[in-house]
Amino acid sequence: MKNLMKRRGALIASLVLLVFILLPFAGFSVPWILPGTLNVVNSSGTLIVFALCFMFAGVAVGYDLMIGFTGLLSLGPVLYFASGAYVFDIAITRWNWALVPALALTMGVAFVLAVLLGAIALRVDGIAFAMVTLAFAQAFYFLVENNPHNLTGGDTGLALSNLRLPAFLSGAVSNTRNLYWVALAFLVVAFVVVWLVTESVTGHIFVAVRENERRLDVLGIKPFRFKLASFVLSSLIAAAGGVVYILVIGTAVPATVASTTVTISILIMVVLGGSGTRWGAVVGAMVYVYLQQYLVKVAGEPSFATLPSVLRVPLSQPQFLLGAIFVLFVLFVPGGITGLFARLGVGRDPSLDKPRWRTLSVAKALKK
Amino acid sequence: MSAFLVITFSGLALGAIYFLAASGLSLIYGLMDILNFAHGLFMTLGAYAGWEVTARLTSSIGAPASLTLAILASILGGALAAGITEVFLIRPLYGRPVSQILVTIGLDLAVVGLLMGGFGSSALQITVPIWLLEATHVGNINLPNASFLALAVGVVVLIVLEWFLRRTRYGIIIRAGVENREMVSALGINVGRAFTLVFVIGGAMAGLAGLLYALVFSGDLISPTQGDSLLIFAFIVVVIGGLGSIRGSAVAAVIVGLLQDYTSFYIGGHPGWAEIGNLSVVLLLALVLEWRPRGLFGSVA
Repeated sequence: MKNLMKRRGALIASLVLLVFILLPFAGFSVPWILPGTLNVVNSSGTLIVFALCFMFAGVAVGYDLMIGFTGLLSLGPVLYFASGAYVFDIAITRWNWALVPALALTMGVAFVLAVLLGAIALRVDGIAFAMVTLAFAQAFYFLVENNPHNLTGGDTGLALSNLRLPAFLSGAVSNTRNLYWVALAFLVVAFVVVWLVTESVTGHIFVAVRENERRLDVLGIKPFRFKLASFVLSSLIAAAGGVVYILVIGTAVPATVASTTVTISILIMVVLGGSGTRWGAVVGAMVYVYLQQYLVKVAGEPSFATLPSVLRVPLSQPQFLLGAIFVLFVLFVPGGITGLFARLGVGRDPSLDKPRWRTLSVAKALKK
Repeated sequence: MSAFLVITFSGLALGAIYFLAASGLSLIYGLMDILNFAHGLFMTLGAYAGWEVTARLTSSIGAPASLTLAILASILGGALAAGITEVFLIRPLYGRPVSQILVTIGLDLAVVGLLMGGFGSSALQITVPIWLLEATHVGNINLPNASFLALAVGVVVLIVLEWFLRRTRYGIIIRAGVENREMVSALGINVGRAFTLVFVIGGAMAGLAGLLYALVFSGDLISPTQGDSLLIFAFIVVVIGGLGSIRGSAVAAVIVGLLQDYTSFYIGGHPGWAEIGNLSVVLLLALVLEWRPRGLFGSVA
């Protein structure tokens, strides 16, 4: 039975993936549902929105590995996301590096940052860990804003130079399709990595860290290493997401790339979708990014201006609507979107508060 | 030398404001294990309540009287917002610690969005009496009056808070709750009421901090996101001071305020070092954690 469910899940996943791979060839329009003025599925505006959805979905799945599976409430994923975007941007634009060395440098820097800062932050746990990761991320924001050696461009940001990029990636307008596929590929890789890790012995120990850290210690497994491993892996995925972001959007600005708002968006995506389920983070990110884009569009409709101001003011603020939706979900739908399905009898019940997912035996995992 | 004294004075004023923001956060954390992200919102709402009062009343009752009322309004505004938050959003989520944090994040996002829609996202100016913009001549240096105000408020609040926590029944219940919540409930004391009270007190101090920050450090300007940027420093102060400790918050607030002002004045002037004041605070946090993960005065890890 379980096998059958798994096979059905894999079939649905492959079908959805196939549809998304082929989407850039769909030239028809879907009024009302797609954001943007043209509503055409393969218009570059729509494809960019989809690319952003995939990019955030990948980052959210990586973040869920840390908060949902390992139970580490980090509030600093933006640090690694921003470091990915900025280091790559600086290597390409300021130093004229080629794509591959720039990528290698970006991931190397992210790795060193994650190991160093993760090791410091993991000296405390729970709420203090959340606060410290938040503070480190904010420090990175200040650093970027500070514009050291004129590298980051400060408040005005740094546009990605196309000169050193391979032709198929340069230019968001002419190569939107390729960027769309890059973002989709990133999501697939991130998802597969998280899937493989969570199914492995290491992944089971991550969950054991979340459920009962002391018990692990008693069993002779040092939780610190596993917490750090989860933190670093999650951070590397975020950094790769940052690279995809800069490729798709073409410019890095501190307020949209490095500020705490990004962390909060990613956190909301995971919780909205349902944490600790892998799919939840993906669904949550897609819904969040879609709503963010769509709500702006709705607020710009001319018929909107005729509403009384009591309605118009709140409804024209996507931030208000997203915040309110999030509060309602936290209060009334603790498992997020996948939790809703779980209540209907499909899948497991995800929530960050209580032990969940599956009963697993660390001892059994160790025997392997 | 005189520059050093002026900077020290301004650092102390900044410390006073950090203390107002951080002590509430620390109490809320100590008693309820909640990382209250809406604390930045309470600061912002306090500042907007104060702005609303000065905008409506300055022309009829004059600047000094309207500023006094504005300060009261910021306290009430923060307290009211915090009380409503605790009763309607936190209380339904007792026993779900992560959801309590998430709900404060969502609330902050939603209401800041609402403020942007209602008041606009650009900064608003608070009308203040002239003397608040002037400086007092002490010895051979000029010290801004606004900083005196912040410092005086900070000291008064510290004394009142210490008295409240040590000498009154509810204060003692709160301190006992910070030490051991289960034991206090087991003794038949309604801890739920203490939760609301702690939120109201924290909110009142946050509202005050939000308005004072505008008066002392941002040229009487307020904006919807001001509280959120202050919140990060309040978090840092709480962790350095030790979660749940009021004295720790007070000491850490002064240290952080001074450090931030010294580094940004003495180093921040050099090209490429503009953000050193903010960065040095995070560096201090990292050092303190390496040396004492529980913070300076912390008993709870």
